[in-house]
Amino acid sequence: MIVRKGDRVVVQGMTGRQGSFWTEKMLGYGTRIVGGVNPKRAGEMHGGVPVFASVRDAAQKLGGVDVSVMFIPPAAALAAAEDAIGAGVKLLVVLTEHIPSRDVMRMHALAGAAGCRIVGPNTAGLVTPGEAFVGIMPAFNPRIFRPGNVGVISRSGSLGTLICLNLLDAGRGQSAFIGIGGDPMLGTTVADALKGLEADKKTQAVVLVGEIGGSMEEDAAATIKAMRKPVVSFIAGRASPPGKKMGHAGAIVMGNRGSYASKRSALESVGVRVVDTPAAVSDALRL
Amino acid sequence: MDFEEAEAKALLRQAGIPVPPGELCRDAEAAAAAVGRLGRCAVKAQVPSGKRGKAGGIRLVNDPQEARAAAKAILGMEIAGHRVERVLVEKCADIAQELYVAVVNDVATRAPMVLFSRSGGMDIEEIPDSIVRIPVDIDKGFQTNPELDEDIGGFVKRLYDLYVQTDAELLEVNPLVRLKGGGLLALDCKLTLDDAALFRQPELAGKGAREKLTELERRGRELGLKYIELPGNVGVLANGAGLTMTTMDVIEHCGGAPANFLEIGGDAYTKAEGALGLVLANPRVKSVIVNFCGAFARTDVMAGGVVEAWRKLEPSLPVFFSVHGTGEEEAVALIKQRLGMEPFDRMEDAVRAAVEAAK
Repeated sequence: MIVRKGDRVVVQGMTGRQGSFWTEKMLGYGTRIVGGVNPKRAGEMHGGVPVFASVRDAAQKLGGVDVSVMFIPPAAALAAAEDAIGAGVKLLVVLTEHIPSRDVMRMHALAGAAGCRIVGPNTAGLVTPGEAFVGIMPAFNPRIFRPGNVGVISRSGSLGTLICLNLLDAGRGQSAFIGIGGDPMLGTTVADALKGLEADKKTQAVVLVGEIGGSMEEDAAATIKAMRKPVVSFIAGRASPPGKKMGHAGAIVMGNRGSYASKRSALESVGVRVVDTPAAVSDALRL
Repeated sequence: MDFEEAEAKALLRQAGIPVPPGELCRDAEAAAAAVGRLGRCAVKAQVPSGKRGKAGGIRLVNDPQEARAAAKAILGMEIAGHRVERVLVEKCADIAQELYVAVVNDVATRAPMVLFSRSGGMDIEEIPDSIVRIPVDIDKGFQTNPELDEDIGGFVKRLYDLYVQTDAELLEVNPLVRLKGGGLLALDCKLTLDDAALFRQPELAGKGAREKLTELERRGRELGLKYIELPGNVGVLANGAGLTMTTMDVIEHCGGAPANFLEIGGDAYTKAEGALGLVLANPRVKSVIVNFCGAFARTDVMAGGVVEAWRKLEPSLPVFFSVHGTGEEEAVALIKQRLGMEPFDRMEDAVRAAVEAAK
């Protein structure tokens, strides 16, 4: 789930407004974009990148691809994911928000059977500062992202951006940013991302940007207990009322499930320093 | 989207799942007449809430006179914030055993899950460990399971198929009853549809219960914005769910109270102008914090919308900006130039200033 400079990336929906804008940004940053997908424009070049009819087509003609990122509307997301998984990508980054849950479950079942990792849905993507980025993060802004040794996991793109900015203000660059997404049913969980960063050589410490709703933070406690690297956390949603979806489909407290208190105590019980504001993250890393 | 019991049961009936005979009534006379036809009945408030029994919204009646009195008492009641406008008058069953069955989207397995228990009447949010959990392969559908009696397996199969057809995220029959004379009956039922799938369920989308919204929340919905009204006095305008929640958290951390949740993340980032109008329409708001951190959402576009709206509306409230990320330089220049204001470099400082100004 850490995107590398050499990874061959395909962009599904590349010729659309957002697909074009972000493909240009990704290329400019150094991401190895080998193709885009739009069945109506197969064979053309778009922004200097060849357009293919499908990811399968791209993989066949290019001799394989590693990563696909989807700029695809909700109703077409399942078919696009089927294409990418069928093409043998190892990593599928699903940016789309509001995909019907039944389609999301199908996607996860397909990916699981094919050994493909899904990041998202509703993720802002992945950044490996100095190497590559995939998604819709301001990786190219040097006030926010620079190479370093802190791994950041975030459900939210905007808050993850703020945390990265704060880290740089304190002189700490990032080894990797893993946006896991704001949906309830994610391909890559907090625990999965923690394992990825524990195994990553450049990462020396981890910042976990959690959020109310679900039980991913609680479920990650056992993983954290087995980690050697220190983990600092900020959890968004302390001031949010229960029973309401706070923007993200996954950010809802039902009864006691998904509450701030439950997450904080689960993380603190395994030695995580949980801070009250985003600005306090870098201080906590120093300790 | 939640459904009232009567609407959910109509779907069950269509799917061949047995439900008690009943009539939906809008007034006491209709309820009395229904009991005249059906005999001993339950008169049940129709609101999308699980707390109907405890709130006195369900009563057993023996004859039309009792039905009239019960319907009079229940109609117009307020249950969990919903006004009761209809009652379901339903024939009482001869119950031998109460059971529980539900199909849900299970987050941990990222797949459908059937939940079954031999004791009915419990709350889905307080499921005991003793409950039977049967994961379902979404591509194969529900297969019979040795944990379930044959007739229950058949019942669950029909329930699962309905869950798939309707794009439900929860379809619960609680209690499912076994009758003294044999056979199964869905005595009560709860259906929640996946909001993200409403676009392909147009018929069902019109049948769901109306959400309980404040006037401002309704306006937000019309504008396509995620707005939640809160009791505090610091107005919040931010982008992205995580950053917006965090803005509220930091307001509380600084001793203030947020007046709303409002994010203009995703494609809504171009709607800053309408969004600011919504924040300012709340008369409790004493100051405003605008907190943008652009990833996908460009802060220059968002700030442009806010600046235009501010100049148009000319509010007399103080506003405080924190702007970072994609389009930051252009956004900061715009705010300086058009409003003569200096955004704060640190988000916490901007929030603290807004909290102080609201005191």
